[in-house]
Amino acid sequence: MLQGDRQGHAVRYHRVMPVEIDIVKVAQLARIALSDDELDMYSSQLADILEHAERVQALPTEGVEPTSHPLPMVNAFRPDEVGECLEPESFLSEAPDTHDGRFRVPRILG
Amino acid sequence: MTDWEAVIGIETHVELSTNSKMFCSCPTEFGDEPNTAVCPVCLALPGALPVPNEKAIEGIVKIGLALDCEINERSLFYRKNYFYPDLPKNYQISQYTYPVCEHGSLDVDVDGEPTVVGITRVHMEEDTGKSSHIGDGGGRIQDADHTLLDFNRAGVPLVEIVTEPDITSPEQARAYAAELQRIVLALGVSDARLEAGSMRFDANISVRPVGTTELGTRTETKNVNSLRSLQRALAFEIDRQIRVLEEGGRIVQETRHWNEDTGVTTSMRTKEESEDYRYFQDPDLLPLEVTKEWQDEIRATIPELPAKRRRGFLDAGVDVETAGVLADDDDLSRLFRDAVAGGATGRTVGIWLTGEVIAYLRRQEITIADTSLTSGHLVELGSMVDGGDLSSSAAKEVLLAVLEGEGTPGEIADARDLLQVSDTGAIEEAVDAVLAANADAVDKIKSGDMKPFGFLVGQVMRHMGGKADPKVVRSVLEQRTGS
Repeated sequence: MLQGDRQGHAVRYHRVMPVEIDIVKVAQLARIALSDDELDMYSSQLADILEHAERVQALPTEGVEPTSHPLPMVNAFRPDEVGECLEPESFLSEAPDTHDGRFRVPRILG
Repeated sequence: MTDWEAVIGIETHVELSTNSKMFCSCPTEFGDEPNTAVCPVCLALPGALPVPNEKAIEGIVKIGLALDCEINERSLFYRKNYFYPDLPKNYQISQYTYPVCEHGSLDVDVDGEPTVVGITRVHMEEDTGKSSHIGDGGGRIQDADHTLLDFNRAGVPLVEIVTEPDITSPEQARAYAAELQRIVLALGVSDARLEAGSMRFDANISVRPVGTTELGTRTETKNVNSLRSLQRALAFEIDRQIRVLEEGGRIVQETRHWNEDTGVTTSMRTKEESEDYRYFQDPDLLPLEVTKEWQDEIRATIPELPAKRRRGFLDAGVDVETAGVLADDDDLSRLFRDAVAGGATGRTVGIWLTGEVIAYLRRQEITIADTSLTSGHLVELGSMVDGGDLSSSAAKEVLLAVLEGEGTPGEIADARDLLQVSDTGAIEEAVDAVLAANADAVDKIKSGDMKPFGFLVGQVMRHMGGKADPKVVRSVLEQRTGS
């Protein structure tokens, strides 16, 4: 597949190998219960995404400075000063369950 | 029987003592009232954005420099995703590739055996909230039926210091932890209180047959909140692993919980699950740039570190133990240095400061600043002892009186009539009188039996009302008896 890049140069996109995904493990890591149909659907969608990532990775980037953020900025700092906090009632009243000023959640290990 | 060796690496978490949290302006000091030091950022309300605390970045760079690390000029924040509710975001902001500091080392010493512990990395993250597990299990996470969450601590700046697996014994682990605590305290970046959890150690431990190089399966021991429990927990865990392996079992890679009361570690996880934190770079945070210039500015603020201070004290003539005690105390260190600079003998001053002075301060529950003791007093006292005017036991009495504010050593020794006679003439007279009255003892000594010598010294001291310099008494007695 040939396509022009922004400068109009021809860039060859490699045909990449289909990506194997352990979709059951991915679902388990995200703590999502999925039906068999859903597993199939997400498996193929995720494979598309990863294949796209592989194509991007195959681009010749030698000599290109790595980018870790889209904006050319660093060091947005805050001085070490104490500011206002929220009144506990203002957010505890929004929680599904609270006890003694604390959030109450189901047991952590099932 | 196989000989085993332990391979230990330590992860240390240090809460920085900034005024405000890592990514928001909530205070890091709060009372017992839960959820009173929280805001939209540390509660992860939609749209709230984290902004790093500049003071915390300076703090971690100080730690990195003190541990001889390379400071990465550019580093990145990552999201560490997990499913405990102790941070409302469902992830912890931490670092992964490109931490602030890497490749450092710390020298530790156990009974004069030096070891270099490699520092893999020092990275910046945020502390979690406090979970209380409620149920029949007495607070055990496995037996809880629900959990209560207080997010006051969520977002407090936290520095994690990771060592290479260079530590080979519980004693070395303890020495490393103690030295790291001293450094953090000297830097003034944290109160480093183990019992309060502002400094916490997790230890990775495995064992392998001596002479092999392949690492055994490791376990991670948590919940050690004193230097002593670190040493005990490691000793227990090493023994446990060796026992399991010698009985033909295998070590399970797991997290284990140290119980201080029972003195054992127990498995913390009810089921095996591989940890996969799915780190990715936090799009809410910009890259961090710590330029060489900024590093130099921060380096200039680093005070003298404990190891260097101890070396200086050793050079001034004190023993290893005394040097350690002095170096841990800024007031005593300053007094010691000033006294030695004023001409006092390091060894003597060291003994006074770490003996009488510390004991007095502890008894009275006060600090040096609350007493009137100065380095000048120590110099004066030292010269009185060196000149033979004061016995070393009388010097201790004078020192206590100085601490009590009774005056200068000279005034006190005078007022209490403690000055001793080293005037040879007076002592010779006393010696002659004693010898004349104890002809038997003199005969014995002259025939080579030295037993009565001590008795004669005692008699002369008594004759002088206890105020003769014993060294002069001995030397005059030796001359007179020809011994």
